[in-house]
Amino acid sequence: MRNTSRREFLALLGATGATLLAGKASGETRELRPINDTELGMLYDATRCVGCKACMAACKRVNRDSGGLSYESAPFDKDKLWDAPTDLSGSTRTLIKLYKSPEKRWSYVKYSCMHCQEPSCVSVCPVSAMTKDKVTGIVEYDKNKCIGCRYCQIACAFNIPRFQWERKAPQIVKCDLCSSTNLKGKGITACAEVCPAGAITFGKRGDLLKDAHDRIIANPGRYVSYIYGEQELGGTNHLYLAGVPFDNLGLPNLPNKAPAEFSEHIQHTIYKGFIAPVALYGYLCVRALWNRKKAESAGIQEEEE
Amino acid sequence: MAEHSNEFVRVHGKIFTKPFFVLLALSLVGVFLIIVRFARGIGAVTNLSDGYPWGIWIAYDVATGTAIACGGYAIAILVYIRNRWKYHPLIRSAILTSLFGYCLAGFSVVVDVGRPWNAYGFFTPSRWQPNSAMFEVALCIMAYCVVQIIEFLPSVLCVLEHGKMKRLQKVFYYFRPQHTTRDEAMVETALEWVHSAVAWFHPKFNNLLIFIVVLGLVLPTMHQSSLGSLMLIAPTKLHPLWHTGFLPLLFLINCMYMGYSIVILESIISSFILKREYEVKELSGLAHIIPWLATAWLAVRLGDLIHRGQVAAIFRGDFYSLFFLAEFLLLAVGSLLLFNRELWTSPRWLFITAVMMLLGGGLYRFNVYLIGFNPGRGWHYFPSLAEAMITVGIIAIEILGYQVLIKLLPVLPNQHLHRNIAPAQPHKLPCVAVRG
Repeated sequence: MRNTSRREFLALLGATGATLLAGKASGETRELRPINDTELGMLYDATRCVGCKACMAACKRVNRDSGGLSYESAPFDKDKLWDAPTDLSGSTRTLIKLYKSPEKRWSYVKYSCMHCQEPSCVSVCPVSAMTKDKVTGIVEYDKNKCIGCRYCQIACAFNIPRFQWERKAPQIVKCDLCSSTNLKGKGITACAEVCPAGAITFGKRGDLLKDAHDRIIANPGRYVSYIYGEQELGGTNHLYLAGVPFDNLGLPNLPNKAPAEFSEHIQHTIYKGFIAPVALYGYLCVRALWNRKKAESAGIQEEEE
Repeated sequence: MAEHSNEFVRVHGKIFTKPFFVLLALSLVGVFLIIVRFARGIGAVTNLSDGYPWGIWIAYDVATGTAIACGGYAIAILVYIRNRWKYHPLIRSAILTSLFGYCLAGFSVVVDVGRPWNAYGFFTPSRWQPNSAMFEVALCIMAYCVVQIIEFLPSVLCVLEHGKMKRLQKVFYYFRPQHTTRDEAMVETALEWVHSAVAWFHPKFNNLLIFIVVLGLVLPTMHQSSLGSLMLIAPTKLHPLWHTGFLPLLFLINCMYMGYSIVILESIISSFILKREYEVKELSGLAHIIPWLATAWLAVRLGDLIHRGQVAAIFRGDFYSLFFLAEFLLLAVGSLLLFNRELWTSPRWLFITAVMMLLGGGLYRFNVYLIGFNPGRGWHYFPSLAEAMITVGIIAIEILGYQVLIKLLPVLPNQHLHRNIAPAQPHKLPCVAVRG
């Protein structure tokens, strides 16, 4: 009796495992999803950037009220004269940093949301507070839906979504390409509009890519021959050109496959049509009822060896 | 009440003991800090950052806490599916701890999330997001809390059916100091009415309870595996020693052996503290299941590491490999010890091995959620004192509630019955959780 039960138990465990495994096995054979080049994005050319931070100021000026952004003063700035964020934060959607290489080559770098083709944050948000617009491809955040679980922060490989840790009613803060502000009114993002050096180009992803390739071809000595964001995590709509290796600029080395494809596939295989949970419930109900009947008629002592 | 319930008994003893006040103090500190958190924001009490948005509240209270609370799940599988009714006496205390574990995990989440007032979105179909493992975990855990409350109802019904409710009567008379005999008669009739209503309801309820019990098996299967799925999305942040497509399966098996281990641990500790006889016979039965589950788990774990070519990472000797080895050795040695039959009858060894399995299994979950998680250069996390005290407070509330409830309700197994007359006919018992 004991052995039979153990075998059945292990069989059940095995069946559950097999379902979970099926998800993994078929997850690896799938091909990369096609990239939509008509989505909106930005091309940031680090070799053109002069580090004036006009983009940062414009971003905060335009999105301040709608995005819950506030000014961040530096510790030495007792009179609070400057907005001096040290990193992307719950008050800062975009940021310019400076990288100094040992060979005295300097490069600025601008951080903001990469607007992935296959965004992890959208995939993991349990209440659809992060959404990706089907036409523009903009990844937007809705504070009226967000529960503040911060799973999007865990999921984002670029560490872009930021949380307002110090607030009672905190929001997630990230670039939305000015979708409810500057883009609506003027058809261009605030940062791209104000950039005096032409370092930020706003447009459709396909056009930006073509532009980027042309620049590399025209000036091969100026650039690292690589467009960051073209392939990373299934492609991003925010693209980078730079004169120094991207890893030095804080842009991580990432695989070309979107993590969401992997995780969603496993999740969907397990819960396909909700069949597996219902079947498990049905099977266990039958087992439990049968066991109860047996126990009622025979008494429990016979069940134990 | 004990005389009415054959299988389960209320523990007779004072409620307001010294440990009670210690736990109460810890709980109050926790509650105070939770108020601070809501008044001044999450940043005011925690060391959480944008790189480490999840700290011990998630890694311990939710990911590990719910696994420790899988005792009810593990015992229910044993009783209702593997048809081992001799473990039925363990089920109520297991369900009670599970109930506490899960409800408090849910409560921790409310403390942890930034905008809990938007949580109604989980019940708004237009916001549902089935791609998210978190969506599934949240719904399942909420449903499981309800299921467990229903599963625990029989012990409350028992008291309602047979109890005189002296305390309640006292409170009633306290507010009416000059009560007449008419009042007393009224109370008596009300009591009669409650007794007969419950007596009518209880057997019907027991008949249907099995469908809820089975739901209580499916839900943990779903959300425990999904707790593993939660980290699938972070292949670039979670160390390859832990990030694998097998996370859901590993989390599922992990919660089972942790569930059996916590039942052993809890039984031994409460027997020790309450000076009851050790339930060695039942516990040794549980102890022999654990190593099989753990071996299956270790096999999947190793097989996966070999398959992904990560074996070298085990022996690299860095921070991650040390934590991997700690987790692995605790589980491997614990289950190796448990393959030895002689140890099953020793409460001391049962205790030691159960602790090893719990530490190893818990460390695995910590590794996945926190220790093996690296968001990139420049990010660090170690819980702040306030953050840790909130977790301690929540654990204190859990133990406190358990301690009080076993003295108010028939939860623990009746030892006289099981030592002398066992095994009994379940259908003759008025107060079994589910009829046999």
